[in-house]
Amino acid sequence: MINFDYVRVSTIKAAVDAIVKDNNSLWLAGGTNLVDLMKKGVMTPQKLVDINNLPLKEIKKEGNKLIIGALALNSTVADNELVRKEQPLLALAVQAGASAQLRNMATVGGNMMQRTRCPYFYNTDMPCNKREPGTGCGALKGFNRMHAIFTDTEKCIAVHPSDMSVGLVALDATVLLSGPRGDRRIPFQNFHRLPGNLPQKDNTLERGELIVAVEIPENKLNKHVHYLKVRDRTSYAFALVSAAVAVDLEGSTIKDIRLALGGVAHKPWRLTEVENFLKGKAATEVNYKQAAALAIRGAKGFGLNNFKLKLAPNTLVEALKTATGKS
Amino acid sequence: MATHQYLGGQPDEALDRVDGRQKVTGAAKYSVDDILPGLTYAVLVESTIAKGHIKKIDTKKAQSAPGVLAIIYHGNAPAIPGYETGGNPAKPPTGGEPFRVFQNTQIYFAGQPIAIVIADTYERAIYAATLVETEYNKDDQRTDIEGNKDKAVVPKGPRYADYIRGEADAYKNSVIKIEAEYIIPVEVHNPMELHATTAFWDGEDKVTVFDKTQGVKSTQRSIMDAFKLKEQNVQVNTDFVGGGFGSGLRTWPHVIAAVLAAKKINKPVKLVLTRPQMFTMVGYRPYSWQKISLGATRDGVLTGLTHEAISETSTYEEFTDRTVDISKVMYACPNVNTRYKIVALDKSTPTWMRGPGEATGAYALECAIDELSYAVNLDPLELRIRNHADVDPVRNLPWSSKYLKECYQKGAEAIGWNKRNPKPNSMQEGEWQLGYGMGAGNFNANRGRATVKATLLADGSLVLQSAVSDSGPGTATTMTSIASNVFGLSPGKITFELGDSSLPPGPTQGGSTTTSTLGSAVHDVCVALQQKMAELVTIQGSLLQGAKPENLHFEKGYITLKTDASKKVAYADVVKQTGSSQLEVTKDSQAGDERNKYSIYSFAVHFVQVQVHRLTGVVRIKKVVTVADAGKIINEKTAASQLMGGVVSGIGMALMEDAVMDHRFGRYVNNNLADYHVPVSADVPDIKALFIDKPDPFINPIGSKGLGEIANVGFAAAVANAVYHATGKRIRTLPITPDKLLR
Repeated sequence: MINFDYVRVSTIKAAVDAIVKDNNSLWLAGGTNLVDLMKKGVMTPQKLVDINNLPLKEIKKEGNKLIIGALALNSTVADNELVRKEQPLLALAVQAGASAQLRNMATVGGNMMQRTRCPYFYNTDMPCNKREPGTGCGALKGFNRMHAIFTDTEKCIAVHPSDMSVGLVALDATVLLSGPRGDRRIPFQNFHRLPGNLPQKDNTLERGELIVAVEIPENKLNKHVHYLKVRDRTSYAFALVSAAVAVDLEGSTIKDIRLALGGVAHKPWRLTEVENFLKGKAATEVNYKQAAALAIRGAKGFGLNNFKLKLAPNTLVEALKTATGKS
Repeated sequence: MATHQYLGGQPDEALDRVDGRQKVTGAAKYSVDDILPGLTYAVLVESTIAKGHIKKIDTKKAQSAPGVLAIIYHGNAPAIPGYETGGNPAKPPTGGEPFRVFQNTQIYFAGQPIAIVIADTYERAIYAATLVETEYNKDDQRTDIEGNKDKAVVPKGPRYADYIRGEADAYKNSVIKIEAEYIIPVEVHNPMELHATTAFWDGEDKVTVFDKTQGVKSTQRSIMDAFKLKEQNVQVNTDFVGGGFGSGLRTWPHVIAAVLAAKKINKPVKLVLTRPQMFTMVGYRPYSWQKISLGATRDGVLTGLTHEAISETSTYEEFTDRTVDISKVMYACPNVNTRYKIVALDKSTPTWMRGPGEATGAYALECAIDELSYAVNLDPLELRIRNHADVDPVRNLPWSSKYLKECYQKGAEAIGWNKRNPKPNSMQEGEWQLGYGMGAGNFNANRGRATVKATLLADGSLVLQSAVSDSGPGTATTMTSIASNVFGLSPGKITFELGDSSLPPGPTQGGSTTTSTLGSAVHDVCVALQQKMAELVTIQGSLLQGAKPENLHFEKGYITLKTDASKKVAYADVVKQTGSSQLEVTKDSQAGDERNKYSIYSFAVHFVQVQVHRLTGVVRIKKVVTVADAGKIINEKTAASQLMGGVVSGIGMALMEDAVMDHRFGRYVNNNLADYHVPVSADVPDIKALFIDKPDPFINPIGSKGLGEIANVGFAAAVANAVYHATGKRIRTLPITPDKLLR
């Protein structure tokens, strides 16, 4: 690991100032991903600004919104009574991520900020447009079994690895930011981005903008939920494909619904069009299959990940069936 | 030296692990731990290309980094006398020459050690290693066995010549024919403990090494040969091994590099491999392509079996294993032929990995047998019984003992085989498809040579010593059990010392031979000690004076007369009687000519119940029953652990392990434990580990055959067969991951 400076701050302002002042500095929260990346030489900050002392750990209800502090631990979120009662989909998604040990360290903000696990990104001797723009995408014609089937470019076909974010994007969350130019709110759906011409950029944060909290509006989607993560082993493995499903059922009619997929794109993949298709329809396997077919319109395989074209719709159908008890 | 003493009370049947307390409290010191004061730390710099030459190594920047003590590479490496005289510091498996570290500019594989950086802290060493700048003349590498099969050759030596019994390729003329190809990708041992070596020199000609090895004596020999040192001047210690699975069977180049580094700076040096280095520096199970062709009658009687295999090796060494051998002995078939070839690739040399060639071969054979069972519409269990080999069909000799049929019966009952609907894809539980599968295997039950020293102390306690290392099975526990039973002494009064090359020579722990080899030596030395004690108590003026030795009984620390239990002498008193503080006997023990009269094998069968999800392709193993005929079971707890461990590695082999190389670069892309999947606890179901537990009358005085390998041999096939039964899909390339089931 390359030597670096380390400072600890205890206010949001100090945290933002420290980063703005020093272009080659990064915030450190749980460190479960950043420290690995530094060991591998993938990220080489000269300074780490430890934000763990910031008062951003609280999970609370404000009006009809659930506010989760950016430094709340993943394990805390998954176990929190409010979350489990009001937004159980989020608890399930967080629970599906990583391992118990990692969830005990990782924070909500850090989880959103984690980098792709694409092997070409991790190996500094191999080409990767995300790590080193212009060197090419190693995965495009290489080992792309884990990679995206939805992308706007062939410059990068990496996927975002977070499970939590798949739950949050489905739940219409909003990200609360604090930066050098004040506070800002962005819809979770606009937080992560597709690679486009800037595959090095995972999200839409401006330099110096700190995630302070995520906010989830109240909904009636807490009775019929499921997070199905298909992976190569039962725990501690990234998703081949995952599906987040939350349904408001009236009898057997779908009154409202939220759907998102993980492991298929550079960002958590919200399925708004599919939701609209299912709204008002009966909760039947026939409808789910049609919805699933709609869900992968425009998807494309790159060889080893072609199976996702089948796995993604299947996973969605299975998650829908489990959520609505139609299995 | 690791000292293991049983701490529990008198057990009913099976001893708890004598080192259990040390392991769970952290008192156990592994090679990867900081064992010595004043350590310096070494880090290996690796080649980033797979083939070519080093044009230039620039160490200037690294050299001036803080804390750096030395950097060694081909340009400045001190002489290794054993290398220069054509010695053979790390005995190669069959042919070629082992890779000699820092001796020239040639690159044989990506991840090859090309320099070693030594610094005062690990962090500084690893940082400085990133500053070493290397320029290469790169050649195009060849790392993919597929596409290079035409370059496969028959390995040197008569052992690898094509085998023919009866008629070659007789399956072609059979009524029923099965031809199928199977692939196992590269698997990496990945023990939890990284390979690590600490070395320090005392003067010019004496070195002490703490190493993660499965053989302290073989590591000692390698270092002696490389540095031309006397046996008594090379001390190798391996107190505890955090798993090996075969990766510790050889003395790898990094060990020599650490010893060399310690010599150069004349301070203790500790070298720990990184996890990615575990993929390229300590061997792996080679990628294999296999084809099994079976011919049979309509009744399922085998009439022809042809087993072909192509496997990989490095360009500098021939590695071979017994991939095709299991097909020669597993079934009674009049016509059997095998062809085994290897392809030299620009990769490091593979090595034996648990169940080595037999596990590889049994996967293909036992899947093909399953395929045949459907072709002749016969229960796969019945098919195996119909083709049971009553004698060794290769040597035409009787088995020393074989209870495979009993294993079949016991396992079938335990898994509920009779609940199986023979039709594939017939047992549904919602979206989960239920399947049952089985796979069997065998492994040559060997007995090597070992010396054990027994010392009876004045307090009546017994110390046993041998230079073996324990990579996990519980060797000291097993030896304590044997000694307790044979010598007639409570296990709490027995201490077993191992892991120290200065102790009497013990075997390398591999090939399922430790209990057979070392346990026999423990048996023999205990008997010899009893004989010596018998002489003493009957000759000198003791209570048992004049008694015939054969009339003496040894139990619970006392010698009594068989006919009169009131006449007894404590073991401690026998020692005191001699006037010295202890009584010593050393015994060398090895096999006799029993192998000329019998074929000696262990056998096992694995039954599994799986669920496969129809939509997602996820496979869950719900239940496992493994039954082993491993002769007499010395300790049911450690033996069951061995079987369970083998099953867990089999689950990995069947469902997840796959070291993926990007052949454009000749480099692994999943060389870490997040991406190279081994089973987690949640993947491991209830495992019933059962034994026949009948002593083999011929193998050795204790009646125990080997166990570690058969725990894995045939397991992956059982899973693949269960998946077929569940789904009707035959996956012939391991691992069976969801993507393959969705195709």
